[in-house]
Amino acid sequence: MYDVVVIGAGIAGTFIARELSRYDLKIAIVEKTNDVANSTTMANSAIIHAGYDAPANKKKGYFNAKGNALYDQVCEELDVPFKRIGSLVVAFSEEDKITLQKLYDNGVEVGVPDMEILNQEQVLAMEPNLNQEILGALHAPSGGVISPWEMAIALAENAMENGAELFLNKEVKDMKKDDDKFTLYFEDGTMEAKYVINCAGLYSDKINNMVAAPLFEIKPRRGQYYILDKSEGNLVSKVIFQCPSEKGKGILVSPTVHGNLLVGPDSEPINNRDDISTSRDALDMIRETALLTCKNIPYGKVIRSFSGVRSTADYGDFIIGESPEVKGLINIGGFESPGLSSAPAVANYVVDLMKQITGGLTEKADFNPRRRPFIRFEELPEDEKAELVRKDPKYGRVICRCEVITEGEIVDAIHRKAGATTVKGVKKRTRAGMGRCQGGFCSPRVVEILARELKCDVKDIKLDGPSSYILSDRTKNVEE
Amino acid sequence: MRDYEIVVVGGGPAGLAAAIEAKKNGASSILILERDRELGGILQQCIHNGFGLHIFKEQLTGPEYAERFIVEMQEMGIDYMVDTMVLEVGDDKRIHAMNPKEGYFIVQAKAVILSMGCRERTRGAISIPGYRPAGVFTAGTAQRYTNMEGYMPGKKVFILGSGDIGLIMARRMVLEGAEVIGVAEVLPFSGGLKRNIVQCLDDYNIPLYLSHTITEIRGRERLEGITVAKVDENRRPIIGTEKYYECDTLLLSVGLIPENELSRQAGIKINPTTSGPLVNESMETSIEGIFACGNVVHVHDLVDFVTEESRRAGLNAARYVKGELKAEGHSVDTQAGPGIVYIVPSKIRVDNIESSLDLFMRVNNVYHNAKLQLISGGQVFKEYKKKHLAPGEMEKIRLSKKQLQELGNDLQIKVVVEEVV
Repeated sequence: MYDVVVIGAGIAGTFIARELSRYDLKIAIVEKTNDVANSTTMANSAIIHAGYDAPANKKKGYFNAKGNALYDQVCEELDVPFKRIGSLVVAFSEEDKITLQKLYDNGVEVGVPDMEILNQEQVLAMEPNLNQEILGALHAPSGGVISPWEMAIALAENAMENGAELFLNKEVKDMKKDDDKFTLYFEDGTMEAKYVINCAGLYSDKINNMVAAPLFEIKPRRGQYYILDKSEGNLVSKVIFQCPSEKGKGILVSPTVHGNLLVGPDSEPINNRDDISTSRDALDMIRETALLTCKNIPYGKVIRSFSGVRSTADYGDFIIGESPEVKGLINIGGFESPGLSSAPAVANYVVDLMKQITGGLTEKADFNPRRRPFIRFEELPEDEKAELVRKDPKYGRVICRCEVITEGEIVDAIHRKAGATTVKGVKKRTRAGMGRCQGGFCSPRVVEILARELKCDVKDIKLDGPSSYILSDRTKNVEE
Repeated sequence: MRDYEIVVVGGGPAGLAAAIEAKKNGASSILILERDRELGGILQQCIHNGFGLHIFKEQLTGPEYAERFIVEMQEMGIDYMVDTMVLEVGDDKRIHAMNPKEGYFIVQAKAVILSMGCRERTRGAISIPGYRPAGVFTAGTAQRYTNMEGYMPGKKVFILGSGDIGLIMARRMVLEGAEVIGVAEVLPFSGGLKRNIVQCLDDYNIPLYLSHTITEIRGRERLEGITVAKVDENRRPIIGTEKYYECDTLLLSVGLIPENELSRQAGIKINPTTSGPLVNESMETSIEGIFACGNVVHVHDLVDFVTEESRRAGLNAARYVKGELKAEGHSVDTQAGPGIVYIVPSKIRVDNIESSLDLFMRVNNVYHNAKLQLISGGQVFKEYKKKHLAPGEMEKIRLSKKQLQELGNDLQIKVVVEEVV
């Protein structure tokens, strides 16, 4: 019997599991896919929002700025790249300028630090590549960029180092509550828990509905993006938003934490929660709309387009808290933007809630908030590179040419806790295959390394999910 | 730090030919750095024949063609390292590199030859909408899996783009027992060599759909099918012409891009049209003593031409080291006129030409009964009648030293159209 089962290994689930792993609790994280951070956490704007646009009277407003402020420490502890590059909301009309003032006022109310409203001259001095017709902007220096999946992977790894157990390919098919005990049903067995924390993202309503009356419904909204080559990552230096509308925060143009340029997203209601396909119409619309921010976006340097699905709830806000009907079930639902930004504050809130529910938690004496640093070869100074290759020659072999990722980094990513088992898993953890050739050169080598390290056949290596085989068979005349 | 007269970055056909030619012309110490596990570059996965008709007057496979150069290079005592990644080329000709055996090291060269080749354009670069499942490969990656690793990428294949690798892979997949449903090309003509269309598609009854593209990719985890549509003259899909094909594999042969990250880092000027360094008659880039050749400069369709061009780079790198290259004197700037996409080289310092110079260029469309017209100082200097010109087939014009001496300071080449197809 587990004390706590966390359902879903996205940003919410991993943050909460990691914070709970400070305490003397037997924790399981169950994830239906074959990797951590494989759904909404994998495909979003990757922004740590300052928090000025989350309404003060909503949970979004309550958690966003608080969560934002917690990112420096957790990223330092877990060695996750995070850059507080600041953000601008740009105005093109007098109406937009009124919106900026409203955002500013709301920002003050929710505690966003150091905001300022800039005039045209100040904006263009800060960001010379922006549309020269911009009238002004709201500058929030606390906005930042991160790699959400690296964050979630690091949190999962750290939670596991502190005793939490991670179960992949473990989809909750049903759940029951009798007396003080939850029983979770999987295809291959059951699990019992005193408390369940529902972080199931796009399926969080369905999980709730297994044991309780419907509380909210997920109305998924898809967002599409372009990623441009690192050569274009300096087009802007901050996250640049157009003025927000009811549909979302508007199309943004931003450097990513790894130095690419990100353009997107739209916001489109869809029926299928797993529909991460892109569409020509949406991509064309994004392309056009973003040109208002920046007239010279070099779309010839696009290296990938992708889409992700937001777990928007019909409720109009996050659903965070213990189920009013089923004691011991904590729901984290409707965790769309600013979910990522809010996640550390939400995790702390859930810990406090657990303390109340349980009557108190005991801190572990040996909790280790840090994880073993992730060696990023390319970022090391020359002498450290040389020293590392001397110690482990695998760091002397570059596998991904575009991102300069070595075999040593890939092997490490496979053997860490919550390690990579697929080509995409390697890509998420090391960036191998994320560059301009999109894995053209390195994917055969990554497949080979995965097969060698996991001691399985090359044909069994998957791109991502269990059906995403890469190679169908051997060629003729090959002796096994 | 080690010292070499010439360091060659990339041990494919360009680097090998350049190194050999440099050695033959008096360079004493040469080092080739190759990132793959063996020399020969992409030739090692091109197991079909057709290589060497110009250089050796016989048909060789890719590995055979490479082998001749590898053997010659080894016999000449040229140093090389495989599994070695060059991380930085400085404008001071210091090269930072590493491999598992030697670790991280720096080499100081007197001259550098860049021959990193090219990479394939990807699905991401052309933003095909739909899901992003397994089963979508660039043709070259699929070729590596099939010919070098011995694995099949799938059983039922569609190919987008009629570049040569795509055409070659269509035949290869059939020979390996896969079904190839068709090849779609967004342009109204193929970018591949005529002989490959005949020998790889026609001979196997594989349909080529010109002016078609893929509008959707289906399959969440593994490819399940694609939608193909006809495109209008602006390459936009025409609504109502969509057709769905079930397949588990999509190969992309949608263009090659010279790999110039190291060149850019070094500060070498890049021609935006070719994405390769601007070079002069000696294949020297905008940085003195740094030369470039092969597909890193512009994408060739025949390895034989890569070899010729690279020999020129090797010869001139050796001359540079000996102080024999002249920076001054009569120079001619080439200019791509109407109908011409680019010309290599972009500058000709005539005094450095020994007997003749080959100009390489590509046209922007298919032309029949046209002329390539050379204009210098506003005067038509020479004309070449061409029965057939196509973007997929590189044109070569050889000018003698005497002809070059007659030129002014500019040379424009244009297509004079008599009939457009």
